[in-house]
Amino acid sequence: MKRSSNNPWLCRFTWFTALCTWLLIGLGGLVTSKGVGMSVPDWPTTYGYNMFLFPIHMWDGGIFYEHSHRLFASFVGLLTTVIAVWVQSKEDRRWLRVLGWAAFVGVVLQGVLGGLRVRLSLDGLGIPHAALAQLFLCLLVFMGVVTSRWWERRWSEKWSFSMSPSAQRLVLLTTVLIFVQLLIAAGMRHQHAGLAVPDFPLAYGKIYPPTDATFVEEINRKRMHPMDFNEITAFQIHLHMLHRFVAYALLVLITVAALKLHKALADQPLARRVATGWLILIWVQAGMGIVTVLKNKPADIATLHVMTGALTLLAGFVLSVLVQQFSVATQKSVVQSPARPIFGPNKPFS
Amino acid sequence: MKMKLQIGSLLAVACALQTVSAGDITGKVTLNGAAPAEKPLPMDPTCGKLQAAGEKPMTSFYVVGADHGLGDVVVYLKDISGKSAGASAKPLMVDQKGCVYEPYVATVQTGQTITVSNSDPVLHNVHPTPRPGTRNKEANKAQLPKSPTLDFVFPDAEMFLRFKCDVHPWMFAYMSVFDHPYHATTDKDGNFKILGVPAGEYTLVVDHRKAGTAEKVIEVTTGGAKADFALDAK
Repeated sequence: MKRSSNNPWLCRFTWFTALCTWLLIGLGGLVTSKGVGMSVPDWPTTYGYNMFLFPIHMWDGGIFYEHSHRLFASFVGLLTTVIAVWVQSKEDRRWLRVLGWAAFVGVVLQGVLGGLRVRLSLDGLGIPHAALAQLFLCLLVFMGVVTSRWWERRWSEKWSFSMSPSAQRLVLLTTVLIFVQLLIAAGMRHQHAGLAVPDFPLAYGKIYPPTDATFVEEINRKRMHPMDFNEITAFQIHLHMLHRFVAYALLVLITVAALKLHKALADQPLARRVATGWLILIWVQAGMGIVTVLKNKPADIATLHVMTGALTLLAGFVLSVLVQQFSVATQKSVVQSPARPIFGPNKPFS
Repeated sequence: MKMKLQIGSLLAVACALQTVSAGDITGKVTLNGAAPAEKPLPMDPTCGKLQAAGEKPMTSFYVVGADHGLGDVVVYLKDISGKSAGASAKPLMVDQKGCVYEPYVATVQTGQTITVSNSDPVLHNVHPTPRPGTRNKEANKAQLPKSPTLDFVFPDAEMFLRFKCDVHPWMFAYMSVFDHPYHATTDKDGNFKILGVPAGEYTLVVDHRKAGTAEKVIEVTTGGAKADFALDAK
């Protein structure tokens, strides 16, 4: 069996799996947005049926979303298994073969987390389930990048890349902050308490709302929502406000980082487009967050907000990898760059 | 034999005396101010077809009847415990009809059975979600159309223990569980009646999920007691 690092169909298949994973994140987001995460109370069966044989005429109400989520998750699991096996047989890079198994373990773990959340009726498990989904998507996209032709050629071309170490760190740390923001968001959504703060740009008419027991009791008494969510707590109000403040910070950080990247990637049109996309994504995301609040968290907008958040993390992650690679490649190329790579002179991913 | 007859007679007299020295608490709860507008229930097409022609199902946060009477208010005597009839109390019947729970608000005793049936031609799942920190257990049971009833029993007192259906996320019911039999829910006109309360002084509480609570000290005699309340719309 001859292995190589040139497997274009593996690359295409990995990108396809990543796309399916992103759509699966959306489907999972829709399940939470519609409040139907427990509409199928058993797992891995569906109302006692083998999940692949559950009669379509019983896909009623919330069951339609939850069951579709499970079926599509099984599909993504199958695609990931194919990738894991394919990589073992075709890839000559050992570290990538390890990542293939990591992806397989990740998707199995993700399925188990989702199943346990239902079996044990533990809302809290929805948070690691959501977080792992984002990390899994990043892993798949990384595998797509490193199996691409661009990756093969990246050090055989002349590079002109100049970005200070602090700017490079900005890209990486902003990406980490995006992930933290997604964790905060998952924490908010899996409280199943609906919208903790119903107005924008103020919060209950103030810059920062009161959270004493009397005020919280009053807002719960006044809230009349057909979904009759769990009661709002002071913690949820604080979490919501934290989500807003981190969003403001990300707007500034990503704008600054994207502008710096735009300048540094003048000779890299594809990477430049990713940087531009990152900038557009964060502003669209902010807009959707505002609409989510003003329209009282409709399921479709809230779900699109989840999916755009995933893309924003993904763009930051890809740019962090590209920046690191460009820095190393610039050092190796004929055109010298004064910049030092943020990961030092070693080649972690050769 | 003669001794047994004497003891039996004494017991009967004691019970009769207790009944004679008990009374019923009656009253009415009214709403001050205008109730906020109810919201339409976001029913899916299948449940929508189960509704009467032209009827648009709405939320029932405020059920306001004649003379501003407020329905679905839980009324109970405060600071009484250990008097539940438990499993010997008649089961409370709850139905799922037209993709809503009936009744929406009710009261039961600890250990009393809540029997849930499904009169709809669609699948529901019955999901009580008690608050943490009690012995009341969360459950999530599927109930197909025409399937047997489901029974639930809660050993600890809890106000507004929520029942939901995750298949139809607008479906809710609230059961308040008490450790005694002295409680009731107001009807659609705000009237309530608590039967057989032994004579004495009590604190009577009314609690509405949205309009809040109020309480009064009352004296129950053999003739019963009457207490009216007014809650403010929020």
